[in-house]
Amino acid sequence: MPDELVNLTIDGVPVSVPKGTLVIEAAKQAGVLVPHYCYHPGLPVAGVCRMCLVDIEKAPKLQIACATQVAEGMVVRTQSPQAKSGRMGVLELLLINHPLDCPICDQAGECELQDFTFQEGRPATRYSPDYAKRFNPVEDFGPDVLYVPNRCILCTRCVRFMEDVAQEPVLNVSERGDRAYIGIHSDGRLDHPWAGNVVDLCPVGSLLSKDFLHKARAWELDKAASICTGCSQGCNITLDTRENVVVRVRPRPNLEVNRYFICDHGRMNYRWMNRGDRIEAPLVRRGNELHATDWDEVFALVASRLRGAGGTAVALVSPKASTEALYFARELFRGLEWRGAFQMVMGEDAPLAGVPNLALRAERAPNGRGAELLGYSRDYAAAVAAAETASVVLVLDEPDIAVRTAGALIYVGTVLPEGARDAQAVLPIANVAEEDGTFVNRDGRVQRYFQAKAAPGMARPAWWVLSELVATLSNGGGGHIGTAAEAFDRLATSVEAFRGLSYQELGFAGAPAAAVPA
Amino acid sequence: MGYPHKPHPKETVVLSKHFGEADARTYKGWVKRGGYEMLAQALTLEPARVIDVVKESGLRGRGGAGFPTGLKWSFMPKEKKKPHYLCVNADESEPGTFKDREIMRWTPHALLEGAAIAAHAIQAEVAYIYIRGEFTEPWAVMERAVAEATAAGVFGAIKLYLHRGAGAYICGEETALMNSIEGKRGNPRIKPPFPAAAGVFGMPTTINNVETLAAVPLILKKGAAWYKGLSLSSPKSTGTKLFSVCGHVQQPGNYEVTMGFPLKDLLYDLCGGIRPGRTLKACIPGGSSVPILNREETESCLLDYEGVVEKGSMLGSGGVIVFDDSTDMVYQIMRLARFYAHESCAQCTQCREGTAWTTKILERILAGQGKTADLDLLLDLADNMTGKTICVLSDSCAAPVVSGIKKFKQEFEDYIAGRRKPVMVA
Repeated sequence: MPDELVNLTIDGVPVSVPKGTLVIEAAKQAGVLVPHYCYHPGLPVAGVCRMCLVDIEKAPKLQIACATQVAEGMVVRTQSPQAKSGRMGVLELLLINHPLDCPICDQAGECELQDFTFQEGRPATRYSPDYAKRFNPVEDFGPDVLYVPNRCILCTRCVRFMEDVAQEPVLNVSERGDRAYIGIHSDGRLDHPWAGNVVDLCPVGSLLSKDFLHKARAWELDKAASICTGCSQGCNITLDTRENVVVRVRPRPNLEVNRYFICDHGRMNYRWMNRGDRIEAPLVRRGNELHATDWDEVFALVASRLRGAGGTAVALVSPKASTEALYFARELFRGLEWRGAFQMVMGEDAPLAGVPNLALRAERAPNGRGAELLGYSRDYAAAVAAAETASVVLVLDEPDIAVRTAGALIYVGTVLPEGARDAQAVLPIANVAEEDGTFVNRDGRVQRYFQAKAAPGMARPAWWVLSELVATLSNGGGGHIGTAAEAFDRLATSVEAFRGLSYQELGFAGAPAAAVPA
Repeated sequence: MGYPHKPHPKETVVLSKHFGEADARTYKGWVKRGGYEMLAQALTLEPARVIDVVKESGLRGRGGAGFPTGLKWSFMPKEKKKPHYLCVNADESEPGTFKDREIMRWTPHALLEGAAIAAHAIQAEVAYIYIRGEFTEPWAVMERAVAEATAAGVFGAIKLYLHRGAGAYICGEETALMNSIEGKRGNPRIKPPFPAAAGVFGMPTTINNVETLAAVPLILKKGAAWYKGLSLSSPKSTGTKLFSVCGHVQQPGNYEVTMGFPLKDLLYDLCGGIRPGRTLKACIPGGSSVPILNREETESCLLDYEGVVEKGSMLGSGGVIVFDDSTDMVYQIMRLARFYAHESCAQCTQCREGTAWTTKILERILAGQGKTADLDLLLDLADNMTGKTICVLSDSCAAPVVSGIKKFKQEFEDYIAGRRKPVMVA
């Protein structure tokens, strides 16, 4: 049964929302962002910052939009003189003890206190400069979290996250009145595997990531929607880059997958994206040496090896490769006796207690499910053994290879590991931050990731490299693949599990694979 | 320690009849005085019947808000689906108020009997009596009383527990009190949900003040009409009320008078008037959280819920603070603001920051460094602190500031203009 709808007006815009919706959420539907600090859709309502004061017709006084449920016929005004003056008053009070050290604060540029003050605060304070501001020294809360109490506005998002979402209540509000600050349990550390979320939740620069400390100003960052490669959960993330270098990973809300959060393992899992020792040109074997060449030569060489191959072909692939790359790696051997496998690195599960079905998963790669749907096996050892007698062995970006083969070794990868130096051909590819593509998470959800930075040298997305090889083999039959969208759509028309999906419609939130075997 | 005064002829001693009688504190002594008869009778009545009598009596909450008690009880679910609780607010932390302390010291069983009757009326099996942490003597008396009465089996299936506060003013706010009972930080909760829907431990809860409950056995005994008839004035304010008078009067103390009693008579007759050679300057009639009255307002004020509102203040808890003409009003208001700044729970921005800022401005005015614009700033700040927060602590800080500036502006201006010797405040 559909939810009962309630009709109301917000700043003159009529909206219909399910019964029980909070005014602050209903306002978003009317295109109105009510300024707020303590409210966060992923946390229990606290109603303490009082920033979201709005005028509701027939109410005797201003109401907070975050704790008021909609009612039929309600008329909400966020811009009435009373509401604006109420919020201006809150902003003035929040700033009297705030240091205004924006020039050295990491939050500057993405600070909600800056934004709302700019939007509707007073141009100048009435707090005398003779009065001392509250001072408490910076505290080390945990492996990646610093607390700068002077900037704190006591919204308690961090306290509520640790208490209700992580369910490890190590933070509290200590002291009373204007002496209050966020306290940490005397025996506690902010070292919960999901603790880093408090930094994102903090609306000001009070909780800081040590990893990101003074790395970049917010306005220097470019942002790209991506998918975390840290495990099989498939958390939606944003990759922040500065001058083509990934400097930060932050969660991107997806209510179906990770809500508003990511774990610290995923948050820290980005440095490899900036590796400098990359393969920058296709390499072909001439005698005992690998020589740089162009794409035409390497494609021709690999195609000739494959055409002449009899017997078995083996593909050893990385579960971090895109679904599209895995598809074309499979297509390459169409007609040959084929065995494909991937190696899954395992770790320990670390669930986020307060969110159902959200954990750092033991399987530490993003696309094991995608590889399985395309016919790759988890029996990596058997495939490595079979490689010894295979006529062709294709390795797709698996740096841990220790493969010995009598046949031709084709290495498609981002970096050149020792074990790949015997390859007949080496084809340089982009990493996840440098290409568009999709992963299939453990629940069978197909999700797109977007390019965040440029690939080095001649490196190209693996789906392009492999699809070009397929095209070369068939002398151009089937046409060339120019974009990740074309690659995915090719896959979706030919593999049952992906049938009916379109790259376009996957959008930023993804969609379940059509037929996911249990 | 005995009770300091014999009743004045103008007092109507109902609640305080046995104040000073050591024997009344014991179970036996209380029974001898007719105690627990009404509880025994009430337990045989339908809860709704008890509620009707209390509604009919016009009894209103004596903690400060003056909400009709019977009506409050009737908000509890009629059909009981979850455990119900009664909370007794014995935190009495409002500056200037010390009536509940005397009820607990002298007539603990009156409170226990009233609490048990209330628990029956709202179908609660458990009552928590939350006693202010600093009340060491009342605590000992109450502990003994609960033990004796429980041993005597008068409460039937109802269990009464004492819970001791730890010294926070805000724990007298009903939802903060509930958090405190639950072992949480004493922060007021956002409402709704109201306690009758989700109170202590998330269960339907009613919370009443000590004085309110102590009156209940008497109402049952003598009838709603008798209680109503005690009023001298408005039919909306019935019965008697204990007023705690402190400050510049000759005989401070607790005085029980009927609703509608003139404040002037309370101060000049019952309390013996202002100190010799001094005249009345101002009065806070209902505990530190209510607006200040000037002399004219005080002398024409009738002590009931409506009468005090008419003069621009509130009856509140009945804590009457008297100031004579030697009083530095600016200093007094600063002291009040400093109290609220110290006690703010720090949840709401306006309260956490506003109470402290208000105090700083007042301290600076006292130090002779104030500016004329400071008065407008104080008023604007007070406006920001009124009606915008979870509880009324910040409103309570604003009330004396606004009324003080309005009624005693000259004193503020004297400090600002340097006509008055600066006061260094530590």
